[in-house]
Amino acid sequence: MSGKTHVQTTINGEHTDFLCEPRQSLLEVLRDVVGLTGTKEGCNDGNCGACTVILDGRIVTACLVLGVEAEGAEITTIEGIASGGILHPIQQAFLENAALQCGVCTPGFILASKALLDENPNPTEHEIRFWLANNLCRCTGYDKIVRAVLDAAATMQEV
Amino acid sequence: MAKSAWPEANRRKQIGARIARHDGPPKATGAARYAYDMNPKGMLFAKMLQCPHGHAKVISVDASAAEAMPGVAMVLVEKDKDGEFPATTFDGAIIATVAATTEEIAEEALSAIEVEYEMREVITNDREHGLVSGRAAETGDAATVMDGAEVVSEGYYGLPTITHCCLESHGQVCEFRDGELYIWPSTQNVSGYAGSVRTAADLPNEKIHVDVQYMGGGFGSKFTAGPWGTACVEIAKATGKPVKLMLDRAQELKSAGHRPSNFGTVKIGLKKDGTITGFHSDVWGTNGQGRFAQRAMPYCLKEIPNIYTRSQGIVTNRGSVQAWRAPNHPQAAYLTMSALEDAAAKIGMDALEFLKKNLVFGDVDRKDYWAEELDIAAEMIGYASKAHPRGDKTPGNIKRGIGISFHLWGGKGGASACDLTINPTGTVGAKIGSQDLGVGTRTCIAQVAAETLGIPIDMITVEIGRNSYPASGASGGSTTIGGISTSTRDAATKALNVIMANVAPGLNVAPDKLEAWDGRIQEIGNPSNGLSWQDACKSLGQMALTKQGSNPTEDGTELTTADVGGVQMAEVSVDIETGIVTMENFVAVQDIGLIINEKLAESQVHGAMIMGVTWALYEECVYDATTGKMLNPDMEFYQLATLGDIGNFQVKLMDGEKYQSRGVIGIGEPPAISPGAAIGNAVANAIGVRVPELPLTPDRVLQALNEGGMV
Ligand code: FES
Ligand code: FES
Repeated sequence: MSGKTHVQTTINGEHTDFLCEPRQSLLEVLRDVVGLTGTKEGCNDGNCGACTVILDGRIVTACLVLGVEAEGAEITTIEGIASGGILHPIQQAFLENAALQCGVCTPGFILASKALLDENPNPTEHEIRFWLANNLCRCTGYDKIVRAVLDAAATMQEV
Repeated sequence: MAKSAWPEANRRKQIGARIARHDGPPKATGAARYAYDMNPKGMLFAKMLQCPHGHAKVISVDASAAEAMPGVAMVLVEKDKDGEFPATTFDGAIIATVAATTEEIAEEALSAIEVEYEMREVITNDREHGLVSGRAAETGDAATVMDGAEVVSEGYYGLPTITHCCLESHGQVCEFRDGELYIWPSTQNVSGYAGSVRTAADLPNEKIHVDVQYMGGGFGSKFTAGPWGTACVEIAKATGKPVKLMLDRAQELKSAGHRPSNFGTVKIGLKKDGTITGFHSDVWGTNGQGRFAQRAMPYCLKEIPNIYTRSQGIVTNRGSVQAWRAPNHPQAAYLTMSALEDAAAKIGMDALEFLKKNLVFGDVDRKDYWAEELDIAAEMIGYASKAHPRGDKTPGNIKRGIGISFHLWGGKGGASACDLTINPTGTVGAKIGSQDLGVGTRTCIAQVAAETLGIPIDMITVEIGRNSYPASGASGGSTTIGGISTSTRDAATKALNVIMANVAPGLNVAPDKLEAWDGRIQEIGNPSNGLSWQDACKSLGQMALTKQGSNPTEDGTELTTADVGGVQMAEVSVDIETGIVTMENFVAVQDIGLIINEKLAESQVHGAMIMGVTWALYEECVYDATTGKMLNPDMEFYQLATLGDIGNFQVKLMDGEKYQSRGVIGIGEPPAISPGAAIGNAVANAIGVRVPELPLTPDRVLQALNEGGMV
């Protein structure tokens, strides 16, 4: 068994140190070491998007990133989206548009949507569909997700 | 006395409202804890070794090296009740389970287990009739069924096995404490789950505590603990430690449930005017090793005068079957509705006209609904301006087409009990041993309780997901909403009647002249004679009041019924050079009785339609014929539709007195039935030839075009 590595990161704005084995994925570290279980596992091979987090401003699938690669990185997970108990407009829009059912895909969709709106505050429907095509949902209705992101974009422009 | 019958339309504020789900915030913030998210202190991670062969006999298992590894707590080797290694009949059968202090150690230990297999003959081909046969079921007389037909239309159609592919895999975390079992499974059967681990735990049900606050999809595949669940319990019992065992994606796709394949020939006898005279179907398919029965043929048109059906199972080395959203119906719909549109095309009749003409043979409970819904769907998709005879004659390689299907389902509420508690301060709690698969169970319970008591919904706290609460049936057959809404209504009505009896003397009226409305208990027709809900609840004194309600209700009031119908129309475009099918528009019209929450009901229909697009265009379990291995047990090659693949959706839920008076009916399954048939028909309408088998992948489309002489 290999030894553990000390990794220093900032997760959701807080300085976070953890110890991980070189072979552990960031997904495993977040869930099992740091205790942030909001990031979900759907496939563990980069195909479903349930584990999407924002790492240094870019969306990544945490199952394909090693924990040790996060050294020095700034990471945003679903737990860091609402602030002070107030839901983010994207979260609010997902609720109002019934864009979630079982909720396992939801954290990934919300993170991916946030990264989209951070980069492109006024996306077209086509751009949303294209951007979110790496996130899979088995229950809900993608249509509702598109509506939610459009609504969130509109709300965020107003503020 | 307040009555439990549903209130009139003008006396409903909560029921039918578009209320956002109460479980939304925890799910959207990551606070919701699913089975996978439970990490009790000292927990072991369990992993399973699965047989990599389609069919084999296990000769020996040597786990000594694995057991000796530091960090390994236990290796459990599968044995049957006679102590023999079980026969492994599909890729993914469990051989052994390892529990260790980390996932990595568990995985290393798995690879240290040595298994000797003796290979057996593998059969995965389920497309050839009569290959290996289970028992055949037959009805009618094949020799005479086409008598009197002026035209006979015949076709071959099929759908492969697919899986449920829940985004949260099967599995659980469990722990023994003080001789009792605490278990956090991913299940759609909270109240019944203990029964499936009772033997492994060696405990009576009441010492098994099931807790499922959130779960990530089941679609029919999560009623019992499964072999992995019982292995997890056995290891927790033997080691005295909490254990987590969740399937990985490959295991999930190989072994956690399949939908049976169906292939078959269908003949339809017709008069030249389009009237159907006879129906002949010969269907086969596989359930893996299980029994196969396709008894739903012909779909919907049960009253065709002359019917012959035959169905036969093919025993194969494929993963086992679990109920898949509306068991058997999607297959029967695909085979029947495809044959119907082919028959219409054969006599050159418009498909919609043909279907409407033959609705006289429709199921008696629904044919009127279908007639109305066909017109509405046609209007929504613009049928009149878009419909064309089979084969789009527009020049160029993009061809458009419209296809139709309709369906039926039961959906009557299942057994359910609810404890409703009114506190002296006026707040209310409802407890039901039901579950929320993502459909909005909690929200609907709160709506019904608030409606019944005439108070705001935020005064209601709902607790579900524990088997210590009053028992409620498994979520299968679309029975949940009818069950929980009835038991809640019944319990709230009983409790309300106690409050009314308490306050009636002070108001100088008989209790049956009182109503709960707008946060008040007041005299019917004289609202100023009343008091606030809070004041009324003070009549309880120090003690909270709890009443239990149930479905079926004790007094026989029927708040839920069965028998819904629905119609779907799909519009596609097909590129005849590449064979790629693109969803353009997809319309669903569905009757569901009294709607509790329109937003959530609509969301169910959307979800069903997307699943439908997925199995119509992409999904298939692919097996290697020689080794019996499943070739696509991952989310790259077991393809699901993405956001870019679905086109535009429109949903219409039938509403109004005629539907509402039927009471509450479930919605989870019916809209999942028709998509394959509607989309398949749309493709045939576009390109002029039938693509016989789903999914409608480019290679199949091109092959059909070649064989049909279209390119
Ligand atoms: S779990 Fe990482 S992409 Fe599916
Ligand atoms: S809501 Fe269940 S997978 Fe998306």
